[in-house]
Amino acid sequence: MTAAGEEDLEQLQRNSFMYFATLASSTNGLIPDSTRQDSPASIATVGFGLTAYTIGVSRSYMTRAEAAERTVTTLRFFSESVQSEAPDATGHKGFYYHFLDMQSGRRAADCELSLIDSSLLLAGILAAATFFDGDVPAERQIRELADRLYRRADWCWALPGRKTVAMGWKPECGFLNYDWDGYTESMILYVLGLGAPMHALPTRVYGAWTSTYQWENLYGYEFLYAAPLFIHQFSHLWIDFRGIQDDFMRRMGCDYFENSRRATYAQREYAIRNPGGFKGYGARCFGTTAGEGPGAQTHRVDGTQRQFEGYTARGIPYGPDDGTISPWAALASLPFAPEIVLPTLPYLRENFPATTHTRAFQRSFNPSFPGDGAAGWIAPELCGLELGPIVLMIENYRSGFVWKLMRRCPYIVRGLQQAGFSGGWL
Amino acid sequence: MSTGVNNIMDPHSVFVAPEMLPRDAYNARLISLVHPPQWQNPPPQPRYNLVVLGAGTAGLNCAAAVAGLGGKVALIERHLMGGDCLNVGCVPSKMMIRSARVLADFRNAEQFGVRPPSLVDADFGLAMERMRRLRARISQHDSAARFKELGVDVFFGEARFSAPNAVEVGGVTLRFAKAVIATGARAVTPDIPGLAQAGYLTNETIFNLTQRPARLLVIGGGPLGCELAQAFHRLGSTVSIIQCQPRFLPQEEREAAQLLAQAFQRDGIQLHLNTEVQRVERQEQGKVVHLRKEARETAVTTDEILVGAGRAPNVERLNLEAADVRYDDTIGVHVNDFLQTSNPAIYAAGDVCLATQYTHMAEASARIVVQNALFRGRKRLSALTVPWCTFTDPEIAHVGLYVRQAHEKRIPVKTFTVPMNDVDRAITDGEEGGFVKIHVEAGSDRILGATIVGRHAGEMINEISLAMVAGIGLKTISGVIHSYPTQAEAIRRAADAYNKTRLTPLLKRFATRWLAWTR
Repeated sequence: MTAAGEEDLEQLQRNSFMYFATLASSTNGLIPDSTRQDSPASIATVGFGLTAYTIGVSRSYMTRAEAAERTVTTLRFFSESVQSEAPDATGHKGFYYHFLDMQSGRRAADCELSLIDSSLLLAGILAAATFFDGDVPAERQIRELADRLYRRADWCWALPGRKTVAMGWKPECGFLNYDWDGYTESMILYVLGLGAPMHALPTRVYGAWTSTYQWENLYGYEFLYAAPLFIHQFSHLWIDFRGIQDDFMRRMGCDYFENSRRATYAQREYAIRNPGGFKGYGARCFGTTAGEGPGAQTHRVDGTQRQFEGYTARGIPYGPDDGTISPWAALASLPFAPEIVLPTLPYLRENFPATTHTRAFQRSFNPSFPGDGAAGWIAPELCGLELGPIVLMIENYRSGFVWKLMRRCPYIVRGLQQAGFSGGWL
Repeated sequence: MSTGVNNIMDPHSVFVAPEMLPRDAYNARLISLVHPPQWQNPPPQPRYNLVVLGAGTAGLNCAAAVAGLGGKVALIERHLMGGDCLNVGCVPSKMMIRSARVLADFRNAEQFGVRPPSLVDADFGLAMERMRRLRARISQHDSAARFKELGVDVFFGEARFSAPNAVEVGGVTLRFAKAVIATGARAVTPDIPGLAQAGYLTNETIFNLTQRPARLLVIGGGPLGCELAQAFHRLGSTVSIIQCQPRFLPQEEREAAQLLAQAFQRDGIQLHLNTEVQRVERQEQGKVVHLRKEARETAVTTDEILVGAGRAPNVERLNLEAADVRYDDTIGVHVNDFLQTSNPAIYAAGDVCLATQYTHMAEASARIVVQNALFRGRKRLSALTVPWCTFTDPEIAHVGLYVRQAHEKRIPVKTFTVPMNDVDRAITDGEEGGFVKIHVEAGSDRILGATIVGRHAGEMINEISLAMVAGIGLKTISGVIHSYPTQAEAIRRAADAYNKTRLTPLLKRFATRWLAWTR
């Protein structure tokens, strides 16, 4: 990589990191879901933030003491927060509501207790516990609190007579009627649930989940299919899947890292073929995933009636797709396929500069949406769920820091082994 | 929606046939063909090779086959020959769907450079009249007169077993060597407070409508609910569809159901997934249907409610106990893989005993019964390769195993996928929504199953069915020339994708060297 490219990544990573450094609450450590006014905290974003602090220390974006202090504040909040069936608690059974009020730390609106978002939070907590291994009071406290928080998650409770883990729960109606069907980002959930020292998931649930997998040949790429790109990335933020295989991947002669590489190539191929005829799509401009969009509205664009969407799980090759490009999602595939991801950076800067002003962020945009500039619609807010993967995956590309860190986490190792993973570094 | 269903009938109650409305010339013609008012039951033969209970698809096929082979066969029907399929099922629904599709194409005409007239609207009454006219025309194939001509003794009346080898109908006793129960199934009514009082439609009554309901609420996101929700919406009703599960057509592949939901949303149908119906009340402004999704309660006001929430087998009033035939009111008549009941002389076919309730399945099961019951055959139900299709737009068709079923059988499976938006003819026709997915056993080209989503998926799936029945793999399909441009080319493209996987790095290296050497 050229020096300019390295500088580009450094700036992107540092500026994305600043979202977590500047927006985290100093009283409870919570981090807002987005820069939207009155945005609640997202527990997954907190998980990203806790991991980002460890990177911040290693990259000298913040001091170790400062990172430890922030982490203690965050973990202490979760440890002391209300866990009960009450509709305004922070969590229940060791899991947490998807969104929390930034000030009170209690459930925001009527959102669900989210198993996957709790898992992303716990992954961040374990990353912090593994990183802060020093023999000083703050770091000892981080390890103690993290262990307590992880141990109290009752994974078995989340199996209400089902073969696979429930997606969520609400005090008003109990478990939500959704299953994990097909390959999803829930790999991290299963690994954490299987590796837990208490209330661990039985190993059969992993087999039940993988039995819903679909191995597909699409555009000449054979991979474990999932439509939105983020599914191929979120578990990989923490776990190094290179060279390790579960039963399914052994049968297919592949691993999840290679799978994500192929999925990234398929996304690029989709953008090249561009079946929807959207503006901007191409080999150096791709990334179809879940996220915000211009909003539910219809416009006639160049003689074609276009239906645009707000927040939705965009995916390939069947959609939904309204022409919204999420360059952050392409960038989060950097470790898998740098040869096709890195060229997106200068391309974006040259052709859609408004999306990358100050080279800080990679905002989602939609050039097919009627707007003033070439980028059409540009996401007005920054979102922690988009910036976290940028910070973590640039680091994994540059140094493998998070992956190496989490190899030392005994719970992750045990979870992978319980899921049947073997080989490689494991 | 409550899971309780009102599917238990009093075995001693009198069957009340749903009326075919309106009483116009087309329905009169239909009735004159499939239940002639002046029909005289024939004098019974001393003993029949086969007595068939029910003149739906399964029963008609059994009777015609045996008569064609020179056997003595009696066919008993209590209502309308042709059964659900002809009268209140596939046939009328497809005609409504066709009218709805014309309208949808009109509304989409500008995409094709065609300026439609300023006012494009359905004449609902005319569309339903067309349906009744064509239904009456098609009913000739299933008419009592035709079957009499074929040599079948057609009896109208309630059938009731009087002994393990005898059935009573209209005061006479029919003795048989073999019998087949083919009495079909009917719509069940969910146990929803207020629904019965407010009034509702099922497939047995919805085709009687002559005026478009301004608002229609559909309970149930299965094939019937989805097909008719879309058809009525396109014909101008404001439609809401309520599905208690997270997606429509829950047995189908996730992407298929998602594509359907996207199409519904594009059309403007109001979707209520993962939603239960709590109660219904009749108010001045219409029928108010109270819904609950997770913890949130809402209400939808509608003019008509269509219930498509499952089927119950018609096993009542047959006095099956007298014939030693085991049954229950959920599964229906219990049969083994040869479609034989607990009475070895009595078989069953069609919806009354099958989990998969399709007209073509009823026909296939009838063929099995004829061979097994009368010719000592050993044909198995489980050996059938059964495709099916939900005729929404796009259509969703499937045959064979789903991937999850292959995994359950521990068969390693690979899927070859071709999006329709990658197929030239789908692009030229503006019909890009959908895909062809063909599942093969990993390491071979043996087709395990396939799902096709597309505007003509129901036609396309037959090629895969043929390949599966004939044992043709993807390698052979790849070599079959498909006329260009057709949407079925997507199937060959999937086969080509399989062929490419056979090109190992070693083979490719060899080919490259060969080509270099021969340059």
